[in-house]
Amino acid sequence: MATGGAPNAPSARVDWADIGARLEPFLIPLFALFVSLALFGAFVALAGQPPLEVYYQMYRGAFGTWFSFQNTLQRASPLLLTALCTALPARAGLIVIGGEGAFVMGGLAAGATGVALAGSPRAVILGAMFAAGAVVGAIWIGFCGFLRARRGVNETIASLLLTYIGIALLNHFVEGPLRDPESLNKPSTRHIGEANMLGSIPGLDVHWGLVAGVVACLVAYVLMERTVFGFSAALVGGNARAAKLSGVKVAEVIVITCALGGAAAGVAGSFEVAAVHGRANASLVAGYGYAGILVSFLARHNALAIIPVSLFLGGIAASGGLLQRVFALPDATVNVLQGILFVVLIASDTLYGRIRWRSLAGAR
Amino acid sequence: MSAAAVSGRQTALGVDVSGIGVKGPPRVEARAMTKQFGGNVVLDQVSLTLEPGTVHALLGENGAGKSTLVKCLMGFYQADAGELLVNGEVVAVKSPRDAQAHGIGMVYQHFTLVENMTVAENLLIARQTLPAIIDWKRELADLTAFMRRMPFHIEPTRLVRQLAAGEKQKLEILKQLYLGSRVIILDEPTSVLTPDEADEVLGLVRQMAERGELSVLIITHKFREVLAFADHVTILRRGKLVASDRVRNLTPAQMAELMVGAEPPKQSSSRTDSAPRELALELERVEADDDIGLRVLEGVTLHVRAGEIVGIAGVSGNGQDELVEVLAGQRPLRSGSVRVAGDHYRSTREHIRTRRVRLLPEAPLKNACVSHMTLAHNIAFRDYDRPPFTLLRWALRPAAFKKRAEEAIRAFRIRTPGPLSPIGQLSGGNVQRAVLARELAGEVRVLIAANPCFGLDFGAVAEIRSRIMDARNAGTAVLLISADLEEIFALSDRILVMSEGRIVHETPAQTADVREIGRHMAGHA
Repeated sequence: MATGGAPNAPSARVDWADIGARLEPFLIPLFALFVSLALFGAFVALAGQPPLEVYYQMYRGAFGTWFSFQNTLQRASPLLLTALCTALPARAGLIVIGGEGAFVMGGLAAGATGVALAGSPRAVILGAMFAAGAVVGAIWIGFCGFLRARRGVNETIASLLLTYIGIALLNHFVEGPLRDPESLNKPSTRHIGEANMLGSIPGLDVHWGLVAGVVACLVAYVLMERTVFGFSAALVGGNARAAKLSGVKVAEVIVITCALGGAAAGVAGSFEVAAVHGRANASLVAGYGYAGILVSFLARHNALAIIPVSLFLGGIAASGGLLQRVFALPDATVNVLQGILFVVLIASDTLYGRIRWRSLAGAR
Repeated sequence: MSAAAVSGRQTALGVDVSGIGVKGPPRVEARAMTKQFGGNVVLDQVSLTLEPGTVHALLGENGAGKSTLVKCLMGFYQADAGELLVNGEVVAVKSPRDAQAHGIGMVYQHFTLVENMTVAENLLIARQTLPAIIDWKRELADLTAFMRRMPFHIEPTRLVRQLAAGEKQKLEILKQLYLGSRVIILDEPTSVLTPDEADEVLGLVRQMAERGELSVLIITHKFREVLAFADHVTILRRGKLVASDRVRNLTPAQMAELMVGAEPPKQSSSRTDSAPRELALELERVEADDDIGLRVLEGVTLHVRAGEIVGIAGVSGNGQDELVEVLAGQRPLRSGSVRVAGDHYRSTREHIRTRRVRLLPEAPLKNACVSHMTLAHNIAFRDYDRPPFTLLRWALRPAAFKKRAEEAIRAFRIRTPGPLSPIGQLSGGNVQRAVLARELAGEVRVLIAANPCFGLDFGAVAEIRSRIMDARNAGTAVLLISADLEEIFALSDRILVMSEGRIVHETPAQTADVREIGRHMAGHA
């Protein structure tokens, strides 16, 4: 149904203003993307490299070949899960940025569980590892939600600071109680055993975390958009006073969304141990949790949109190596692009509802 | 413009605040001020004269037009008709800066201080112009000299955060004096103060007025303050001037009568008579605290029977908002009990459903809706977790939401582009209709309505009142909390008066004496 001005305008005329307003959720991020690319282009040019050529190589490094695409998928799969750690609580109105902590703690729990169950059947070990990662991640972020709901502690700060505690705990355990005496250069827990590790998806050099991540995003989407719980969460996030008036248990909803988000990040950490490293060590602190925040914000906390956005950011990360080889740009150059993207996208949030489509259309 | 800057600068140097005959406060006169908002006359030909060196009280119920008048004086609003005279000359005040240039300043109900800055910094940033580099040594010396001449004194180096509420109020007044205001408007100055602090601040202000250094206009609805501190009182009712006289010529009872009117307003005609029925809502000694932990409900006990409307009248700020919040589950109950049809009641989804309790809060967009969610979703807040909205207990059926919304749009004549429009885009009346459609769906045992018509236009008011009356006629127990006495009279079967967190008076509506009610509202029984 056309709204507003339809009766005034002849029906054959296309109402550009209306179309513009409706496409806002797509046009604004697209616009932000172009601004970011332009800024990054300027940065690259300042570093003495041709921007368009850099962008072409980035495309090649991310999606151009089967090999590079697999690299992208590898990097995207943890992001699918860590992004949910921000996206799910966001639905209930919380800004959680502690996915890194839940990821690390999930990985540590999975590593410790794998070692503790050494000798058990492979299915038991793997099942217990993922369960442990999910539970510890859920407790980690669920605790932030609890502090918020019961004591009014700011969940953003709490989750960020808990990340440092999580990393410290990881270091403590891998250098102390859980240290494998043979891990000399890089203190680690004992290996869970090559035979017990989770393999790759048949035909790909990508582990099953990719499938788990996609499934988790789909489930999260359905949970938030199509279930009673998702509706309650939207009510809490939209207006806590209205939620209380409706008898919704605000504290419970906050703690559950946080715990679910934490569980997703914890599972991502478990995959890192079960499918990549085989043991918990400082390699877990690779910034997947932080990158997940970026993904979630770019996806506007929509679980479905997290899938393409993760691929996009995974691609950017994957292209770093190629940039280094071809242009002698530092590996960290892609982090600059990520940073620019984040800032521009957050800034573009202020544009929603402010663009005067009508006067823009009238100017034609 | 430049006059303001100059006067600000001069005061900072301490030229004209001493009150030793340099320049007394001007005579300020508003003549026949009229202001309309969307065809609604909120200020109707009101005149007021503020003589130099007097304390003048502006008294009236909520919505009587007090703040509109003051905002016209301050240049926040432009009056549609009428003029403002300062020392006999007509002046155009287009903004608070213009008012400042004429020496008129206002102290707002809520503090406008920067908490983590010092007293001196707060005073300095209030100035219209500041040099690029502040010579703190000189400014502090100036401020100390300024403070010495003031009747009350606050150490310039203290942090505002560390000041008590009374001191902050004093600082707000000092700020106006520092900026050179000789006419100070205080908007409900004591609403944030303890009685002792209030007496101290108002007493000091009064002394300054007696010395001819200041004129003061106090907006209030507390009779005690008018009697103790004001020379003159102007009373507004429904946008009209009803009295302006010396305080000593009026008794509190007369003021109450002037404020609320002597004629009992007409009752609604659609009321059907019915014998008293069973108790539906019982509150026993309900106590609750406000946001900063002060007890605001001090044992509220009341009963509402099925098929009757009980109206709670009272000057706002006497615990009504908190009472509604307690019943809405938005504020914890400290002690006491709430029962519905004999059963214990808490605002959980299960209790709301089984006890069939509904609530119409004021400002529904803020209290009862999620503005970015669709109309269809907002209408389903009460039962989205039950069939027909659910499938297999957990899954939602979007079609059911849309269908319910379409029915509600028809039944309550909600004007909206469609059921899937965000509710925040609808007009106030239509938001309230949507909330009514939600709250009055099905059989309702208890309906709590708080200022349900506040801010709505005439047509919407009539419709919403008749919906509430229909619910009563159908056997719903209605608790109506309203700052609008006319609304209380129009709808209620029984009237209670709330004052300072307690029910202080009860009367059947048919034999109610509006003067009696006014006295209880004013705390002068």
